[in-house]
Amino acid sequence: MSLLELKNISKIYGDLHALDNVSLNIEKGEWIAIMGPSGSGKSTMMNIIGCLDRPSTGEVIFDGKDISKESRRRLTELHRDKIGLVFQQFHLINYLNAVENVMVAQYYHSMPDEKEALAALERVGLKDRAKHLPSQLSGGEQQRVCIARALINSPELILADEPTGNLDEANENIVLGIFRQLHKEGTSLIVVTHDPEVGEEAQRIVRLDHGKITSDRKNEGFKG
Amino acid sequence: MNKKKRMFIRMITASLVRRRSRMIVALLAIMVGATILSGLGMIYYDVPRQMSSQFRSYGANVIIMPSGDGFIQEQALQTALGKFPDAELEGYTPYRYENTSIHNMPVTLAGINFDSIMKTSPYWHISGELPEQDGQTLVGAKVADKLSIKTGDSISAVNSFEVTDSTDTSRIPDYEIYTDPKTGEKHCDHALDLKVTGILDTGGSEEEYVYVSLGDTAYLSLADRGYDIVEISAAATQDKLSEYIDNINSSVRSVSAKLVKRVTASESSVLTKLQSLVFIVTAVVLILTMICVATTMTAVIAERRREIGLRKALGANNGSIVGQFLSEGLVLGGIGGILGALLGYAFAEIVSVNVFSSSIMFQPLLIPVTIASSVIVTGAACLIPIRSAVEVDPALVLKGE
Ligand SMILES: Nc1ncnc2c1ncn2[C@@H]1O[C@H](COP(=O)(O)OP(=O)(O)OP(=O)(O)O)[C@@H](O)[C@H]1O
Ligand SMILES: [Mg+2]
Repeated sequence: MSLLELKNISKIYGDLHALDNVSLNIEKGEWIAIMGPSGSGKSTMMNIIGCLDRPSTGEVIFDGKDISKESRRRLTELHRDKIGLVFQQFHLINYLNAVENVMVAQYYHSMPDEKEALAALERVGLKDRAKHLPSQLSGGEQQRVCIARALINSPELILADEPTGNLDEANENIVLGIFRQLHKEGTSLIVVTHDPEVGEEAQRIVRLDHGKITSDRKNEGFKG
Repeated sequence: MNKKKRMFIRMITASLVRRRSRMIVALLAIMVGATILSGLGMIYYDVPRQMSSQFRSYGANVIIMPSGDGFIQEQALQTALGKFPDAELEGYTPYRYENTSIHNMPVTLAGINFDSIMKTSPYWHISGELPEQDGQTLVGAKVADKLSIKTGDSISAVNSFEVTDSTDTSRIPDYEIYTDPKTGEKHCDHALDLKVTGILDTGGSEEEYVYVSLGDTAYLSLADRGYDIVEISAAATQDKLSEYIDNINSSVRSVSAKLVKRVTASESSVLTKLQSLVFIVTAVVLILTMICVATTMTAVIAERRREIGLRKALGANNGSIVGQFLSEGLVLGGIGGILGALLGYAFAEIVSVNVFSSSIMFQPLLIPVTIASSVIVTGAACLIPIRSAVEVDPALVLKGE
């Protein structure tokens, strides 16, 4: 069943087509890697999928409904309820400790619950770092807090923009391990990456160039 | 309290406590503003009370002068003083002026009673000590300046005159009399040796005299006579005073008593001037505080654009962003207000003790007023930067702006 469908999406800045008539269908439970050179429109696409931005033209069908014309406010609610975000630059709140950063996502979603937040941190192997501030955590640990925050509200879809871009190999493997686990549990994953190794972990690999999809193939080597 | 509220408080506290180096700047601005507001407020309200209670201790409110060419004799003075009820008579100081010279410069000596002078001239500001016995002197600042006299100096006041057959020389030491070799006339340099115990500052004509005891004046002038003027300090209303004065003027012919209006007349104008000054300063300080707080909050919010974008990306709506930053501002305003209100009280107390020499009357109402104003001012100062915070685009955060 389709979770989300982009139909003839374009995002135009002035005369620059950051996305140029892109169509993409994402199935529930699918793990997709989006790859492409810098400036090819990956983040722009993530923003639109993540309901943080609206396309200039085209439709975004989410759970069978076109949301491309919805108000900002409604988009925020939708994204909050269905989507977990993982950022390349982590984006943790620097004066809140790890568990509090996770609880912020609960706070804006439903109800903060420290026990649940701790459980989420435990899932990413950070239970003993719960009271540390971001400045007291390594890059890999911060990224894992960010993942714990993304999955705390059990989203249907996790969007990760270069989640391993700033990590060494050991931490990259930890993060990929978590993604595999989430995929097994049925969460849809869209991962933007430059790294072919990370791309090869996905079920399906989509390539973007100059705002257009240049290839969209099943990954034969997928081990899921 | 539900979990959501608890988390909200936890976030606000964390932001204030863990980012304290940032917050302290804003807090200081608010606190200084609140201190001035509450301090000046207390002074503003206390000034009329201070002034009227000072009215009593402002010293002489009646003066007695000779009605003719003569002097005020002790007996006439006592009769005049008898017209005041004992309880109302706070003190009186007779003055006797004599011309003399110190360091060969003409100087006017004022013989007074040092025991009562602070009753009739409480505003006298003395650097050093008030003389306690004969042979000591208090020198007016102008004279001290002109003759380069300092506290601790020994000086001589000299009374020079020609000695004739009619001069009574019984009170003059022999060595003070000499004969001018040219003219053959006899002269006397009668000297009074004095130790300077203090310098007098009043900002008025009092600084032009050298004060000694009445006994020393008599010694130097070689004459016993009455007083030139007597200042009286009485604790009584204007009406009562007028009544006593009429009484004196009608029953003691040799003297004439007068009401001194100096302090009373200027009292109300000083009061209004002081109060409007306090008002203006307070308004200026409030505006400055507001600018300072707004600048600080703008910087704080600019620094936190990513956080705001992130919160929005996590589902925060504009209301909750405003709520958070405004709450942080209001908490700061509240803390700054409380600290400032208390500091302001201390500030007012210090000012009061130094200016009015008495404790300030605590105005309890000013505490909540100060806290409320600082909360309101801080809130208002936060509004502009918060409006810009609401405009942050979460898409920029995801892109890693
Ligand atoms: N707000 C904007 N205004 C104008 N142009 C923009 C804006 N955002 C993105 N662009 C342009 O759109 C194009 C696509 O940008 P996007 O951020 O999607 O690239 P990307 O594929 O994520 O690149 P990278 O791998 O470097 O992150 C770029 O050429 C970029 O300059
Ligand atoms: Mg990008």
